[in-house]
Amino acid sequence: MADVLVHVLDHDGQFNKSSLGALSEGARLAGELGGEAHAAVIGGQAPCAALGRYGAARVYRAGGPAGVAQPVVDAMAGLMREGRFACALFGGGLLGHEAGAALAARLGAGIAVEVTATGVRAGRLVAERPVLGDSQISEIELSGPAGIIVARIGAFEALDRGAGDAPVEDLAFEPSAPATRVRMIEHGAQRGGEEADIEAAEVVVAGGRGLGGPEAFALCEELARAFGPAAAVGATRAVVDAGWYPYAAQVGQTGKTVAPKLYIAAGISGQIQHKVGMQGSESILAINTDARAPIFEFTDLGIVGDLHRILPRLAAALRARGDGR
Amino acid sequence: MRIAVLVKEIPDATVRKRLDPRSGRLERSGERTLNPHDAHAIEAAVRLRETPSAAVEEIVAVTMGPASASRALHRAVSLGADRSVHLCDDAFAGSDLIATAQALAAALERIEPDLVLAGQQSDDGECYALGAAVGEYLHWPALTQVVALELRDGRVRCARQAEYGYDTVELELPALVGVGDALNEPRYPSLKAIMGARNRPLETLTAADLGIALDQVGAAGSRARWVGVKQPARRPQATMIEDRDAEETVARIIAWLDERRVI
Repeated sequence: MADVLVHVLDHDGQFNKSSLGALSEGARLAGELGGEAHAAVIGGQAPCAALGRYGAARVYRAGGPAGVAQPVVDAMAGLMREGRFACALFGGGLLGHEAGAALAARLGAGIAVEVTATGVRAGRLVAERPVLGDSQISEIELSGPAGIIVARIGAFEALDRGAGDAPVEDLAFEPSAPATRVRMIEHGAQRGGEEADIEAAEVVVAGGRGLGGPEAFALCEELARAFGPAAAVGATRAVVDAGWYPYAAQVGQTGKTVAPKLYIAAGISGQIQHKVGMQGSESILAINTDARAPIFEFTDLGIVGDLHRILPRLAAALRARGDGR
Repeated sequence: MRIAVLVKEIPDATVRKRLDPRSGRLERSGERTLNPHDAHAIEAAVRLRETPSAAVEEIVAVTMGPASASRALHRAVSLGADRSVHLCDDAFAGSDLIATAQALAAALERIEPDLVLAGQQSDDGECYALGAAVGEYLHWPALTQVVALELRDGRVRCARQAEYGYDTVELELPALVGVGDALNEPRYPSLKAIMGARNRPLETLTAADLGIALDQVGAAGSRARWVGVKQPARRPQATMIEDRDAEETVARIIAWLDERRVI
């Protein structure tokens, strides 16, 4: 039992970037354990054999509705019970947390979530997990029949090793009682429509609850325009869920991951779920009325003040400079 | 129908949270309060009770924690729960995710709810995963981070944001639903509700009451064990500007953008 089973999520024929990162980390960890990394793709349509490039020595493919945890748990529990796997690894996100937790409960296995590093110490799996607003990292040792590790979004880089295709095995499994009582009605609705290419933007002006209402997004849009065509507007999950801005613009877990030259966080408190989507930005400017907001812990320039006063003046100052050139 | 709401007592937001350097557990000193995310789960239960077609007869708040956690239950009752159940036993201390989920599931089997609601995360543990594990122990369907829910014909229809957009998922009852904060805006309790909360029934259960062997809970029943702590690499401390004069603040921002060659 030295192999690692990695759940790989896909959508519209594309593999999830965090899942591919988890697969690369799984291959590295399997090397440390003296085994192989195998991938499990459930309900997907993407070309599974290509996962060989990211370190999968074998791919298990199973049918089932996409977007819910139950088929993932059923399929992976069957494989885990064969006793070959020391560890099941998930790329994080909503589905990773749900499927990982349920799998741990079904197997009686130890679980660590939001993991940023893995390793083997004295023959046991150890996962590093940031705690208390990322002010410390706890080292968690996992025991039981296997260890379940749910990575933090974007914690592991997807490494294309250029290896050849992996053999793909179709997997049949019996759905468990809970799985038969879950029905996907609609999957992947794009609320708010409107494609916003925030991933390619050099400047992202993002707004959160501190904007006070949907109309204040006009301030973010005005500032983005003042930066020029390479700027885009982003949003937090809280305001997207509240219907203030389209889902396509959401930064963070279950949204997009961005790493622009400049990230402006306007009225954003800085929850971990948001941080994971933007912490790779080169320069971060945050404006918030609350000096204790967590966002200031990972900011380069922090303004304690009212964004409604600052954003329009900043846009005007940028426009004035542009005109002067 | 009966609704159970899982709640947790956590350190107050004003308390500086620390890990005990020997055990890695969160230190329990200082002011404590109801996990704010759980208030959304209670509010969801209350709104279902206010919907006549849902026919909600009872809302039960459930927690596992030390003796002090009864205050979180009082708070939950003041927010609308009818009674509460407290899993309180020294044997529970140090339980990891699966040991906690197993104990809560055992209590829920006694309470026999049709629907279990939970908050989206605990403010101290930041796990997001307990609900799914509890659902698994109950052999029930579970769905978390739900931002809209509707009961009809023995099913609960839920909407949530997942990795690729918004999903609508239907679960057959009994089921567990973890609610996202965006589902509702919790009301403030009336003074009368706060005063009356202490007089509502509160049942305390031990591991023995639940028929749980002592090696299944607490540190003994846990498969995830804290073994050490590291300091993370941190971004250098931010330059902070207290905005007094917006024009001056903007001039400083422009100078900083220039220095960083962003413009």
